[in-house]
This record gives sequence, structure tokens and C-alpha cells, in this order.
Amino acid sequence: MQLLEAALAGDRRALARLLSWVENGAPEGREALATLFPRTGQAHVIGITGSPGAGKSTLVGKLARELRQRVPRLAIVAVDPSSPFSGGALLGDRLRMQDLAADAGIFIRSMASRGHPGGIAYATRDVVLLLDAVGFPVILVETVGAGQAQVEVARIAHTVVLVEAPGMGDEVQALKAGLMEIADIIVVNKADRPEARQTVRALQSAYFGVTTTGHHGPRADEPLEVVAGWETPILQTAAIENQGLTELVEAITAHRQYLESSGRWELRRRLHARAEVETWLQRHLLLLVEQRVGEERFAAAVEAVLRREKDPATAAQELLAPLLKP
Amino acid sequence: MERKIRVLIAKPGLDGHDRGAKVVARALRDAGMEVIYTGLRQTPVMVAEAALQEDVDVVGLSILSGAHMALVPRILDELRQRGLGAVPVFVGGIIPADDVPALKELGVTEVFGPGTNTQTIVSFIHQTIGA
Repeated sequence: MQLLEAALAGDRRALARLLSWVENGAPEGREALATLFPRTGQAHVIGITGSPGAGKSTLVGKLARELRQRVPRLAIVAVDPSSPFSGGALLGDRLRMQDLAADAGIFIRSMASRGHPGGIAYATRDVVLLLDAVGFPVILVETVGAGQAQVEVARIAHTVVLVEAPGMGDEVQALKAGLMEIADIIVVNKADRPEARQTVRALQSAYFGVTTTGHHGPRADEPLEVVAGWETPILQTAAIENQGLTELVEAITAHRQYLESSGRWELRRRLHARAEVETWLQRHLLLLVEQRVGEERFAAAVEAVLRREKDPATAAQELLAPLLKP
Repeated sequence: MERKIRVLIAKPGLDGHDRGAKVVARALRDAGMEVIYTGLRQTPVMVAEAALQEDVDVVGLSILSGAHMALVPRILDELRQRGLGAVPVFVGGIIPADDVPALKELGVTEVFGPGTNTQTIVSFIHQTIGA
């Protein structure tokens, strides 16, 4: 494939087009990924997550500039939500990354979540794989403004940075399960605000003596694996003022070194691989079932549920029954 | 396979009035498009780089400063240099009627003045890229 060779040779336009194919699930995209897959597994994937307005995009922009002093190229994948009504999206993350425009070593791609609920898009994993394959050594993945349970970025990132804004709530919020648990590094952004100290204190007392962070379960329905031996640092930044960025880069570097020296890097790769095979198994299976069941029988089942003749679980089971006969 | 129309809405030049650009961005979002909104004070290089990296189907420029005859040729040139000469470009804002033929001559696909119904822009995009 000509485009593929061009992308590998550093042609940014070819890469952009390939990314669209991958994002759209086009056959050409699948083919490209299949060909390039042996080249993947090199990049350090850093997830940046946190609630809307915490300053993720601004921080990502500043962090990218700081990281670029250490790596020749860097990619950013920024996810914003799609409208549940129109399916459209307003992708505004580039707006906060203006000063990266002059740097040819940085490639930014915006993605709409396209209805996927986990904080990233369905195809974010594949987009990251492609960027990895063409040789970006560091890839920053910025999630949508994430709520407490949107933890999927942990399944593609090696290092997860959770960005909090001052005034996030008390210690109990910090103790809740979910998003707080997947953080390898916590950043209190907008630290120039007076409430920042209180937020840092609440986080520190919640994390005091805790040397575990939940991460990277092999399956969606299993508890995430607990990585022991890494103390989640709580940092303060004021991204707009360029404060605290060096410390953040150091923490990210330290986390990577920790992953490698503790053998966790390999483990995470194994878990990621497993998650990827499972994701595709589910996708293929769903497609297969859809084809075999057919629209007509599916519509009939919906009608039956609508008329309250059957409950949805039974209706679905009955659709599958003929497929399961040997 | 899920295909979405991707549109770059950019505001080159130095004026700070981005309301029009935001209204258009929102209308396109509501029409099911994925709008990459890059905000104020974009240089021609920034616009072209964003169009390239985001692989957009169409570029919309909002210019109210009167600098369109200086900015648009440079943006079109930066796009061409990146192999994006075929990407349709539309311009909105305060554009005197006399300048419209000149802009189209340069390669601008369409010009929308103040008061344009957003639905007109939606239809234009669908027609232009044939989707």
C-alpha cells in the first residue's frame, strides 16, 4: 500500500489519511494495522484524564512542549464527546494547544467519542497503535472530560495522569472507586488558585501510605489489576503559567522507569494484548450475530418486547438459540 | 464503517470576534458533522497544519477584520504546499461583494456574508463534498 509506505517514511498527510481510515473502521485501515502491527509496542502511551474544565488540554499542550525537548517526535490524540442527538461533535482541544503549531515534530489528532462511553472513542486504541507503528516514541491520549467511572484509558496507556482542578470535593471524593484509582500520577492544576492547597491536602490524606494503584485488568468485567510498589505522586501545576511542568515530566519518566524495572511494563503489554484480542473477539462476534440473526427477526423481537409479551433478556436469548444448535 | 464529515473552522487574523465562527461550528455539529474548532488568531501555517493533521473534508474561515485579501491567498498557498489544494475552502464574515469574485478566482469555493442561514452552509458542505 503506497499510503502506508509514505506514512512510514514520515509523510504527515499520508498518516492523517490512514488515521481517518482506521478511525472509520474502513477495510484499508484494518489492512494497514494488520501490516504494521509488528512495528507497534514501542511507544510510551500517556493517558491524561480528568473532569471537564480541569485544564487537561492546556496541560497536554504544555506537557507536549516540555516532553519534546527529550524526544524527536510526539503525537497527541485528543478525544471530545460526540452529540448523542446529531452524532456531530465540536472538537476544541486544539484551541488550547496553539503554541505547538510551529513544531513539525508534533502531530495532533482530534477524535470524537462517537457514542463510546468509556472516555475515549472505540477506535482510539487503533489510532494509538498506528501512531506507535509509524514511530512516535511518546503518545499523549487526552480523554473526554471524564466522570468517575470512565476508566478505559487505563487499558491503552502505560501511565495515567489524572488532572484535578481545585475545589474538587473533600477527601471522600478522593477515596471513591473508579477514576481516582487508575491514576499513576495526580496533578492538581490551576494551583495558583487559593483553594488548591485544600484540594492537595484532601488528596494527600486520601492517598497517605497507599502504594497501590489499580490498573489494567485483563477483562472489562474483572477487577483491574493492582500494581503495587508505586506511590502515586500528587503534583501541582499552573499550566498556563508554565509552573510545575518539569516536575510532571520527571514523574512521568520515573513512572516509566518503575514500570520497566519492576517488570510491570511487560505485564501491562501482556494485559493490553489480551484486552485487544478480547475487544476484537467481541466486535467480530457481534457482527456475526447481527448477520445471522437478520434484521427481520431482530425487529420482531423488539416488537415483542414493546408489546410486553417478552422480557428483553428472553427475547435476546431466543434470537441466539438457533445459532447455538450444533 | 462509520464515516463523518470533518470540518475545520478557523479564525485567521487579528480581530477578536469569534461569535460567527462559533455559531457556524455549532450548526455543523448539530448537522452531524465533526467540527475541529481552532479558535482565534490563526496564522496561515496553523490553519493548513490543522487541516492536514485532522484530514478534514472542508475548511471554513471566518474573517471580519477586512484582511481577507491578504490572508486567504496565503492560506490557500499553505494548503497547496501540503498537497491539500483539492480541499474545498469557504469563507464567512464581512466580505465586500466586490471581493467575492476575486476570492473565488483564487480558489475559494464559496463566500457567505452576514445573516446567512446556517442551513445554507450545511447544504453547501453536503453538495460540495458529495455526501
